[in-house]
Amino acid sequence: MKKYGNLILGIIGWVIAIIIFFPIFWMTITAFKTERGAYSPDLIFMPTLESFQDVFARSNYLTFVLNSIYVSIGSTLICFLFAVPAAYKMSFFPTLKTQGRLLWMLSTKMMPAVGVLVPIYLIFKQCGLLDNVLGLIIIYALMNLPIAVWMSYTYFCEIPAAILEAGRIDGATLWEEIWHLLRPMTLPGLSSTALILIIFAWNEAFWSINLTGANAAPLTAFIASYSSPEGLFFAKLSAASLLAVAPIMVLGWLTQKQLVQGLTFGAVK
Amino acid sequence: MGALFVWMIVPLALTVYFSFIRFSLLNPDMTGFAGLENYQYLIADEAFWPAIINTVILVGSVLIITIVIGTLLAVLYNREFFGKNVATLLVIAPFFVMPTVSALIWKNFIFHPDYGLIAFVLQKIGLRPIAWFTDFPLLSIIIIVAWEWLPFAFLILFTSLKSLDTEQKEAASIDGANPLQMFFYIVVPHLQRAIGVVVMIETIFLLSIFAEIYTTTSGGPGHASENLAFLVYSLGIQGFNVGTGSAGGILAVILANIVAYFLVKMLAKNLKGRS
Repeated sequence: MKKYGNLILGIIGWVIAIIIFFPIFWMTITAFKTERGAYSPDLIFMPTLESFQDVFARSNYLTFVLNSIYVSIGSTLICFLFAVPAAYKMSFFPTLKTQGRLLWMLSTKMMPAVGVLVPIYLIFKQCGLLDNVLGLIIIYALMNLPIAVWMSYTYFCEIPAAILEAGRIDGATLWEEIWHLLRPMTLPGLSSTALILIIFAWNEAFWSINLTGANAAPLTAFIASYSSPEGLFFAKLSAASLLAVAPIMVLGWLTQKQLVQGLTFGAVK
Repeated sequence: MGALFVWMIVPLALTVYFSFIRFSLLNPDMTGFAGLENYQYLIADEAFWPAIINTVILVGSVLIITIVIGTLLAVLYNREFFGKNVATLLVIAPFFVMPTVSALIWKNFIFHPDYGLIAFVLQKIGLRPIAWFTDFPLLSIIIIVAWEWLPFAFLILFTSLKSLDTEQKEAASIDGANPLQMFFYIVVPHLQRAIGVVVMIETIFLLSIFAEIYTTTSGGPGHASENLAFLVYSLGIQGFNVGTGSAGGILAVILANIVAYFLVKMLAKNLKGRS
């Protein structure tokens, strides 16, 4: 009886999983169809790499890919430059204000982006940052900074302060302390933080659509340009989307567990 | 710290400032203090109330859909079955798809009245295909957004459910609790905090849903699927009317802050530092 129960549960679980995943699956197989075949819902067809070749040949797809890479990696690096020292300070030398500051930083995340869209747009226009990769890097770094500080803070807090003290008593300088003690212990946590920041920056679509044009558009904005009716190329759209989505999905699957912590600011573990 | 402060305050202050002056990029002669004119103008705009109502409907229904289905899924996935780990990966996958891509997948492959899958199935059983984005624009967007956020709700609730004491469940079943009673008296109370977190974080993001609307309906037909974020964009950026757009932005901030207040209060309670 129990065995059959599990079997039924398994079937229900799988059916739901397949329904949820179906649109992504559909996009994946359409990417391997010819442009004409893409309009019919056939499951059996000759797979072809035509659309992928077209995507690379026609649009300057590589530029958009590079923009996405620059923007997500660049913003993450800048984030870390500020977040790691801040988190180090707050976790090992906390003051009475630390908790308040952390919460205040979190509260900046609560502000919807539309609230500042108009001024940011005008400032960027004045500074020549509109349609500029650098502008997007700055925006994304600031957007992700609270999450970066918050996550690194929780990881630093898991390290017993006594270990660092022992190191200091043994005469370790600040740099030795950071390099030999802190780095090995926090590396796993910090790398998953970095992955999450990269995922967020990669998938961000509000600022990228509003602030970039032909030059600095990352993949999100490029794919949005397929929404116009003239741009109905199902197979090419699928191929371009698949390439844009696949690497991040793999990263996401790998960071599943840390993702929950990062997304809920440590409230759910 | 300083950077974040500047980031937070300067643009917001500018938005407030812009919302009180006459400022249109099309009409540079128009200057001066406007008082509440922009707000009056915004509220009088025929698109304003639909946008507010759409925002509330969008946020509310996506929350209900994702949390109800997310909870049920989490309970289901908390049991053991074959290939559960792989199935979990499939369920959480939509969360990692960038919003523009997911909107376009749904628009072209599922909802499309000529080539979409739903149209195909309807035609097979002899019904007429539905023009989703013209006939049910808001519903279509709700479905897309709910699909994107269901994995999030599921992932959080599933993680939280794993920490439920098995002893507690065993004790309840020894006392003769049936599955329904188990669900409502043990599982749901345990998930309460996680549900609270999901509600608040989703609300923050759902208030400024933009890319999905931009790539599918562009707010249309008419203003049928325009939310507050899209209204600000169309007034301030497309319509060059900085003043009114800013007023809309301020309203969005106020709306979000009401939600944020509760989230911060709740997180403050379980913020654990070094003890």
